Amino acid sequence: MPGFLRWLDIPAGRVPVVSSQLRFGDRVGSWKARWGIGRMSYLVPPGLYAIGDPTPADPVVVTANYKMSYDIVRRTLAGRNVWLLVLETYGINVWCAAGKGTFGTGETVRRVEATRLAEVVSHRLLLLPILGAAGVRALEVQSRTGFQVRFATIRAADLPEFLDNGMTTTPTMRELTFTIAERLVLSPIEIVAALKGFFPILLGLILLGGLSGGGFSVTAAAGPAVAYLGAVLTGALVTPLLLPWLPTRSFAVKGAFAGLVWAAIWHALSGESWHGAATAAGFLILPAVASFLALSFTGSTPFTSRSGVKKEMRLALPVMAASLVIGAALWIAGKFFAA
Amino acid sequence: MEGFAYLRNVATLQLDRDTCIGCGLCALVCPHRVFVIEGNKSRIVERDACMECGACALNCPVRAIAVDAGVGCASGMINEWLTSLKIRKSGAGGCS
Repeated sequence: MPGFLRWLDIPAGRVPVVSSQLRFGDRVGSWKARWGIGRMSYLVPPGLYAIGDPTPADPVVVTANYKMSYDIVRRTLAGRNVWLLVLETYGINVWCAAGKGTFGTGETVRRVEATRLAEVVSHRLLLLPILGAAGVRALEVQSRTGFQVRFATIRAADLPEFLDNGMTTTPTMRELTFTIAERLVLSPIEIVAALKGFFPILLGLILLGGLSGGGFSVTAAAGPAVAYLGAVLTGALVTPLLLPWLPTRSFAVKGAFAGLVWAAIWHALSGESWHGAATAAGFLILPAVASFLALSFTGSTPFTSRSGVKKEMRLALPVMAASLVIGAALWIAGKFFAA
Repeated sequence: MEGFAYLRNVATLQLDRDTCIGCGLCALVCPHRVFVIEGNKSRIVERDACMECGACALNCPVRAIAVDAGVGCASGMINEWLTSLKIRKSGAGGCS
């Protein structure tokens, strides 16, 4: 298991002591997961771990078995004596697993029993991440295991301060943030996902775009492909970064706005080669692509509601589809019937 | 959540103040400060900040809170929809 140092023999069995230092391999693994490489199988075995040299009086911190969650928590607890209870969430982070119910009441109870936690510690308190509350009914865990659940902090980084302050949650510890850095770190996976799904489109654009006057022109092929890639980056990278400053509260509108700006920039850059039907097609297709990807980003934010996304989809998806179809028809017609 | 706000008047969050016992758990688990405890009752002060995660309703000891909880994720919902139409078998975009 990652970070293993030695075994700790306790009456309830053997518990692995794990390091709070992340190694090079852990950092590479985290970087790969951010880029979607092997992300769905980036996990550690569920169960009880020891950090430092914990005694029966030391606190129990609960987390998910997504390796990135496990790494962040063990690193933040460096220099402390803590029990770490890792739940089986099938390699999914706390927040998403709580939404699915795998970081849930049942799994918490099961894991407390499987690790014989009641024999390991003398107290009856579990410290859970606040975002786990969407899956864990605290009162039920208590009635089934005797362990009281305390929702400690949102971010693992606040755990040291929480522990030092006599386990008090300050208002900032329970308020979500979504800073530029927090948004930027999500962009690789958005871009990878967008490019995967859209690769056939890119290929089609290059093939169709390159057809000119009976031959195939590389320069003609590059234009539409670059325009399209720009729209993907606009939706998956630029829109998330500029999220608070783009107009309206709707992600679809934010993305469409950014896409329009991109279309205007691309039009200005490509100048002469882009006129008539192609211009109209660009202004229809590029905002629709960016808008769709911006709408997809709702799944990565910590503040969009199901009802809100439903409403956006109902209103925006038909408009995007129409823009795409009309834009594509104009572009193809422009290519083949141009004078 | 400073600087971020999602669509107005869409959240399905409901609090039954008559049933509420003012234990404060809803305010403890909410990451968006939707509730405040006033006197011996909870009150919704920021309904539009609600992201419908369902933590409050799940943890309320007297089931005084109702919300159509789920994940606000367009890809997930498109996948659900495709699955229901039997176009795609199962699995969600990147988050299965």
